[in-house]
Amino acid sequence: MSLSIVPGLSHYLVLGAVLFAVAIVGIFLNRRNVIILLMAIELMLLAVNLNFVAFSHYLGDMAGQVFVFFILTVAAAESAIGLAILVLLFRNVGSIDVEELSKLKG
Amino acid sequence: MDAKAILFLIFSGVMLLAAVRVITARNPVHAVLFLVLAFFSAACLWILLAAEFLAIALVLVYVGAVMVLFLFVVMMLDVNFDALRTHFRSYLPVGATVGVLVLFEMALLLVNATRGSGTAPQASEPNTRALGRLIYVDYVYPFEIAAVILLVAIVAAIALTHRRRRETRYQDPGEQVKVRREDRVRIIEMPSEKRET
Repeated sequence: MSLSIVPGLSHYLVLGAVLFAVAIVGIFLNRRNVIILLMAIELMLLAVNLNFVAFSHYLGDMAGQVFVFFILTVAAAESAIGLAILVLLFRNVGSIDVEELSKLKG
Repeated sequence: MDAKAILFLIFSGVMLLAAVRVITARNPVHAVLFLVLAFFSAACLWILLAAEFLAIALVLVYVGAVMVLFLFVVMMLDVNFDALRTHFRSYLPVGATVGVLVLFEMALLLVNATRGSGTAPQASEPNTRALGRLIYVDYVYPFEIAAVILLVAIVAAIALTHRRRRETRYQDPGEQVKVRREDRVRIIEMPSEKRET
């Protein structure tokens, strides 16, 4: 696949796949830090959105961009609630280490 | 190599480098700032894909609101972040293995299924107008549900983090309305006294 051509659908799909894999590695690397976990989830959603937009552009169907719109909405709500839970967690436990959050263990 | 390919290479390279720095940065503030860079590069890529409205929305909503929220929380919490990285290296082998595996599986799919990767069809009307027509005509009810989801997020975030201070004095209108005369006024019969001379 030579790079002298105009970037096509497969280029964007490969880019999205690489970004998703980087986010997964990030989740494994930062298993103890909840803030970095939330950021890795944001990166995953960005990769998915990139795929949606690329498909929407190259297949000529605007519905993909509508779905990106909805994903952005839900992701914003998710991160707002997630950060609120994080603040609450820090206030009650005094740490954001995942290893220390074992209160529900029977 | 034309201008579009060069721009694609620059933006995708910057985005991937920023993503790698997000997951490896020692300081979470740096991680948030690199995440901002990744989102910004993604917005540039979306403009290359003729999705102008979503690119602007990504910059405004994400870089403008969500990332600032992240920064706010990261700076507000007084956490010893070095203690959270103690097992960073021990997680690296399994993380790298899973990442390579995921990438390999997606590559298997992408190699076999890249139909429709030719030139994109030309859009007949501006991106924002087409998107607005879709959202407000075909997807009205999902759009309203998205608004409800945002409302739920607002209420949940405030309800979770709101602390009622116990020493604060505040009025209770219900109690004020329910009050009766007997609660407030008491008539005392008291005989008059004679002045001592």
